Amino acid sequence: MRALRFLLVKEFLQIARDKVMLRMTIIAPILQLLLLSNAATFEVKSARLYVVDRDHTTISRGLSQRLQAAGRFVLADASPSAALAEEALLSRRASLIVNIPPDFERDIVRDHAARVQLVLNAEDGATAGVTEGYAMQIITRYAGELGATIHASSPTGPVLDVRSRNWYNADLRYRDYMVPGILVQLVTVVGTLLCAMNIVREKEVGTLDQLTITPLSRSAFIAAKLIPLWVIALFELTIGLLVARLVFGVPMRGSLVLVFFAASVYLVAALGLGLWISTLVSTQQQAMFVTFFIIMVYLLMSGLFTPVRSMPDWAQWLAEINPVKHFIGIMRAVMLKGATIVEVMKPLLALAAFGTVVLSLAVRQHGRQ
Amino acid sequence: MTNVIEVHELTKRFGSVTALDGVSFDVAPGEVFGLVGPDGAGKTTLFRILTSLLLPDGGQATVLGCNVVKDHWAIRARVGYMPGSFSLYPDLSVAENLEFFAAVFGTTVKEGYELIAPVYRQLEPFRDRRADALSGGMKQKLALSCALVHRPELLFLDEPTTGVDAVSRREFWDHLAVLKSSGLPILVSTPYMDEALRCDRIALIHDGRLLGVDTPAAIGKRFTRPLVRIAGSDRYGMLCALREHEHTASVNLFGDSLHYTDSRPDLSGDEIARDVTSFLDGRGFSDARVEPIEPGIEDSFMSLMASEAA
Repeated sequence: MRALRFLLVKEFLQIARDKVMLRMTIIAPILQLLLLSNAATFEVKSARLYVVDRDHTTISRGLSQRLQAAGRFVLADASPSAALAEEALLSRRASLIVNIPPDFERDIVRDHAARVQLVLNAEDGATAGVTEGYAMQIITRYAGELGATIHASSPTGPVLDVRSRNWYNADLRYRDYMVPGILVQLVTVVGTLLCAMNIVREKEVGTLDQLTITPLSRSAFIAAKLIPLWVIALFELTIGLLVARLVFGVPMRGSLVLVFFAASVYLVAALGLGLWISTLVSTQQQAMFVTFFIIMVYLLMSGLFTPVRSMPDWAQWLAEINPVKHFIGIMRAVMLKGATIVEVMKPLLALAAFGTVVLSLAVRQHGRQ
Repeated sequence: MTNVIEVHELTKRFGSVTALDGVSFDVAPGEVFGLVGPDGAGKTTLFRILTSLLLPDGGQATVLGCNVVKDHWAIRARVGYMPGSFSLYPDLSVAENLEFFAAVFGTTVKEGYELIAPVYRQLEPFRDRRADALSGGMKQKLALSCALVHRPELLFLDEPTTGVDAVSRREFWDHLAVLKSSGLPILVSTPYMDEALRCDRIALIHDGRLLGVDTPAAIGKRFTRPLVRIAGSDRYGMLCALREHEHTASVNLFGDSLHYTDSRPDLSGDEIARDVTSFLDGRGFSDARVEPIEPGIEDSFMSLMASEAA
């Protein structure tokens, strides 16, 4: 125990002496939250609109104005030529074409129904979907005001009036959705990357060998490596949560204790992974490369950016053994829905199981070196 | 008293490379034992096996009576090891490094101070300096202090003076002499022949094999043939010329001169010197100075290496 105390003192001393690291641990969560939660969003703020108005009436101009006034679209250009519009779409000057056919006003007045066509650049499917949704909303609302039906894009089939409400995140605030995920990513980087690099550095310098030829037990060495990083990662989470609350006003509907408890369990998995990576490589550069590769796969398949349920079956299977996915799930559930430990028991157990397996494998591997 | 190190037929392979090939030797209590050989001879591999960092592929070794494979825990607390490359924490200060290694061995700097004092006293003015800001000689003293702070019963030093200036090297060996006088046995490796002379016994190691184990003087005496030293301006030209001489047994470059032995068994050193002078004169090396000399360890080493290769 005395040796462990000295090892811990040494670790904290080294961490405190590394000014770059120290600054990064404080600045990184703030910066990442500010950048990513603002930049990484599915919201479409200024889709470029091309209006092909072949009706030239008050009502057709009204539609064009409504689209521009909603704040979601900026007018890229307008002309009566479908060919010119298509060219604009191709050259990316426009991302959406609204085609208003001749006799648009006449049809509305006479039949209380008319058609417009939406042409979208669907290179990026998610953006196109969101853009279409916005346009449909505006067109439907305009039709309602006129007491008419406007068939947009789909000329066949009945017109459905779908009303949806988003619970837990009522105005679909993307920040509320992104911030818990970004916090997870921060904790993962500290836990896994710093852990792997820290241990490999001892290998590079030769102190790992030097420590091996001492009566120091393997478990004391590992504990002294993991505990400080565990503390730092939780400290990062604290800063991150503060920023989320104070700067972004992200809700914390559930228990803060539960968030920290889940993070503590998750960190066993993240740190164990770091330890395991450190046994496979011999330089910090290699450690960084391997860690980034693994974290990248984990994050992309975690549901942080794209929902797990829209992945193919095999990927969904893989996601089940992805600790990042479970932790993001828990964070979102607790922060946005106010879930209690009972509701997040399943992912929590998955995390605990993953952590136990990875850590024991890593400890065994570490001893084999 | 039994030997502090006993090595029997030790073998270690890395893939197709045989780093150690049936190495056997013993180190007696209180002895400074030198492993002398060029880079890549297998010295570090031997150290790593004896300190339980590597497992051997064959043979046996005991350190302080403990088997290096089975009883490695018993060995680790009782030996001090200073590896070839600086292996302390660069971001910790001199005092912090020392205190840390004392703590790891469950002791304190105070308890071990008597043993490290001669070395550490010179470091004390810099006790708050970071280890990476020390000079090569200072680093080496700190590493030795850290290897001694738990009062080991046996000291392993793997090329302790590599990359250290000549004055610091001499000082370092003076420290080792003091440690030896306190009864501490030391296994030390070195590529330098002048350091080999300061050991009680040495083992010449080359390509993973021991070429001979004896006192430095006795190793030198193994070289029985008359030897001449040749100095002159065009050493390389003379080397090439002598290789074509019909009576050459060996000719090697030694710093600023050549060492030559003759293949005729019954000639004296003076006779050989005269013969070589006239040969070189005939080849146009008029400034060649040839004189008979006493062979050193290095000559023994070269001839042992040559007979090994033959």
